Amino acid sequence: MKRREIDLAVIGGGPAGMAAALAAREKNIKDILLIERNHRLGGILKQCIHDGFGIELFNETLTGPEYAQRYVEKIHDKRIEYLTDTMVLSLSPDKKIIGASPDGLLDIRAKAVILAMGCRERTRGNIAIPGSRPAGVYTAGCAQNFINLKNYMVGKDVVILGSGDIGLIMARRLTLEGARVHAVVEVLPYSSGLPRNIRQCLTDYDIPLYLNHTVTGVCGLKRVESVRIAEVDDRWRPKPETTKEIKCDTLLLSVGLIPENELSNAGGIKINPDTGGPIVDENLQTSISGVYACGNVLHVHDIVDWVSMEASKAGVKAAEYLTGIKTSECNIKIKAGCGIRYVMPDMISGTRETDLFLRVSAPGRNKKITLKDKKKILSSVPKVRVNPAEMIKLSLNGLDLSGVNELEVQLEDG
Amino acid sequence: MSEVLDYLIVGGGVVGCNIARELSRFDLKTVLCEKECDVAMGTSGRNSGVAHAGFYMIPKTLKAELNVRGHQMLPALCEEIGAQYNVIGKLVVAEKDDEIPYLLKLKRQGEINGTQGLRLIDADEVSKIEPNIRALKALYSPTSAILDPFQLTIGLAENALINGARIELNTEVLEIKHHEDYFTVETNKGSYKTRNIINSAGLYADKISALAGVEGYRIYPCRGEYHVLDKGVGHLLNTLVYPVPPKDSGGLGVHLTPTVDGNIMLGPSADYINEPCDLANTPDVMNQLLDEARLMLPALKRKDFIRSFAGNRPKLIPTSSNETVDYVIKEEYEGFINLVGIESPGLTAAPAIAERVIGLIKKRDELIEKKSFNPKRDKPVRFSRLTDEQKARLIAAEPAYGQIVCRCETVTKKEVLDALHNPLGAKSINSIKIRSRASMGRCQGGFCWPKIVQLIEDELKPELKDIRLCGAGSNMFIGKTKDLRRIK
Repeated sequence: MKRREIDLAVIGGGPAGMAAALAAREKNIKDILLIERNHRLGGILKQCIHDGFGIELFNETLTGPEYAQRYVEKIHDKRIEYLTDTMVLSLSPDKKIIGASPDGLLDIRAKAVILAMGCRERTRGNIAIPGSRPAGVYTAGCAQNFINLKNYMVGKDVVILGSGDIGLIMARRLTLEGARVHAVVEVLPYSSGLPRNIRQCLTDYDIPLYLNHTVTGVCGLKRVESVRIAEVDDRWRPKPETTKEIKCDTLLLSVGLIPENELSNAGGIKINPDTGGPIVDENLQTSISGVYACGNVLHVHDIVDWVSMEASKAGVKAAEYLTGIKTSECNIKIKAGCGIRYVMPDMISGTRETDLFLRVSAPGRNKKITLKDKKKILSSVPKVRVNPAEMIKLSLNGLDLSGVNELEVQLEDG
Repeated sequence: MSEVLDYLIVGGGVVGCNIARELSRFDLKTVLCEKECDVAMGTSGRNSGVAHAGFYMIPKTLKAELNVRGHQMLPALCEEIGAQYNVIGKLVVAEKDDEIPYLLKLKRQGEINGTQGLRLIDADEVSKIEPNIRALKALYSPTSAILDPFQLTIGLAENALINGARIELNTEVLEIKHHEDYFTVETNKGSYKTRNIINSAGLYADKISALAGVEGYRIYPCRGEYHVLDKGVGHLLNTLVYPVPPKDSGGLGVHLTPTVDGNIMLGPSADYINEPCDLANTPDVMNQLLDEARLMLPALKRKDFIRSFAGNRPKLIPTSSNETVDYVIKEEYEGFINLVGIESPGLTAAPAIAERVIGLIKKRDELIEKKSFNPKRDKPVRFSRLTDEQKARLIAAEPAYGQIVCRCETVTKKEVLDALHNPLGAKSINSIKIRSRASMGRCQGGFCWPKIVQLIEDELKPELKDIRLCGAGSNMFIGKTKDLRRIK
């Protein structure tokens, strides 16, 4: 076993891991190791060949591979050491990392660790779709990999369950390749993807979106022959009388993303059940001192620019930890109150400027987001329109939080 | 005249493969025909993976005798052919007073059948064995075990193969002609001449029997649906936990089954269906299983469910009833050995069934043992189960062990390649899955399918249409990008 001592280990070479490593290098951390399980850096961006990346950060619209390449080049420029084809098998609370690579099993002892493993797609098994189990059922991201990286068509008559962004992007991609997307089916009364993707990927191509509907059955013994869809009631129960059958050879699933924290769990890092990611303070430090988290492993983002920004912060904070800069204690608990699905971070110090990132539970108009200390309203920010698909950034700058133990975030009528 | 086989076995389930392996001890020409793309595709690969200790079966039946005998034989057999076998014990739990007589009945039955070590235990002892399960009393069977049904069946088939038997996949028996002292068996892949036929066709045993001229059997498929839980919650259960089954349920009741790989399975239901190939999951049963799972283990969350599947029991009675119809294992006429109604505990009984079939043959034929018979089949490497030191040594010797293909199950490139180059020649993605566990984990192939497809292409250089999930017709792709645009 090859043993190495390292200052900073970054697990995951996607947009989060690359930005975190670069930010730590900017802060003069010399001994950094970026660990990527796939053959190339870039993570899932490599298969996202559509554009729309980089608007916030670079003020121009890039494809996924272009966006990733900017960071890959910086990683090379800054001579940050990285390993590809190397998968971390375990992480222990004392920051011992065991990784497997064709060059051998690695035993890495890090002084600080940044978690940037990303997320995975929810599967058919997670949401219990009835019916047979033929070929032709893919998660949207898996189909995207086959089509964009291997140029293989997964089907020609397609139904997509879930209106998450990857599903919407794939509806357009398949249509451009000559396939027919018969329906995008969403169990919620609203789309779970970004409004711009609904317009650019469905409306522009006359692809019908069935809200309040779900897939109630998959038919076909060898390959998908049809799927059944039905309207659902307000408790997501299908109404049998509304069932209709759509002939198709493919069912794509775009039914949500899950931060991939099996490694974190096994390493004893505490997880927030609302985000599925580690519990972090305002420095993005997890429940284990010196272990930081950023990107989709922390909470699922809707745009990569924000992943990069968050990851840069994690890199800076890990660098401060390594250079012995003391951070303020984070004793103020942040609580996701009524109408709020989650808030990140979970703990703040109240002594420095920081932002909260949050998602609402349901879409709404003319709302306000209030910050409360017990019953006392500390701040109230009006929002003309809120949507769970769009993450909200809330600045706490200038807010006096002295004496506050718990800050509750609520969505109220405005 | 072309080659005449000694034995043609119809059906590559655990019973057929076990018989093929036992026949391969002798100087015989044996062919096993399996209509699917691999062995263990039917009932053998779609069950709880339990080695039953024998207390469920009514005494003095063939089922009881072969169950207990099979349970005795399995540990050594699994060791020989490289299938994981873990003795973990079983609890049949009673939640109410009126369920206790059933436990007593099972205990009595087991003692008559020859099950070892059965004890009635109280709530305290139950919670010591299984802290997450509540019960009033339970029947504890310390010798009940779990095994890997895929590796058992595959291992038997591979061992039969190296000892000279032939395993023909994708080969469906269509017609059987009975001549004076041999049969002609027509398949989709050509015809065979054989002196003897062994029908171990499971759900299709009635049809094969009729093709051989023996009418009067009818298989009633009875579907059992399951959910598979993520390994992350595997620690919630140590033993097999079975309920007192509801009356006339036709099964053993919905139970919690740890697997040898660390998952928990939940099921099966029991519903009679029309078509033996109907393996669909149904909404009502799926919901019912979810509810029952949460009653038993309240900590379970929706995300812990990673897969649902179903298997069909080949029953000889048409309705849900606790009436027992025994296995049919007999030579119907000279040269035609019939195995019909081999439902639970068929996985456990398989070695004993094979032993019985060999016994039937020995009554009329002298069988000559081959000196060259090799009973061993090496257990496939499971990288994920090794210690760090063992992993390091393996990678140093073979770098492909250092490349992880399936992140959820930690399956390496070498293990996938070994599965891909399996001796039986099964080439589908599911064949790789049941051998290596790649794509069997929580992402269900979302991440590793592209990598597995790449390895299939690198190694086998197939045409795109021949990359399949399982058998013929289950192609993964319809063509390349641009193909559809060109057509239009």
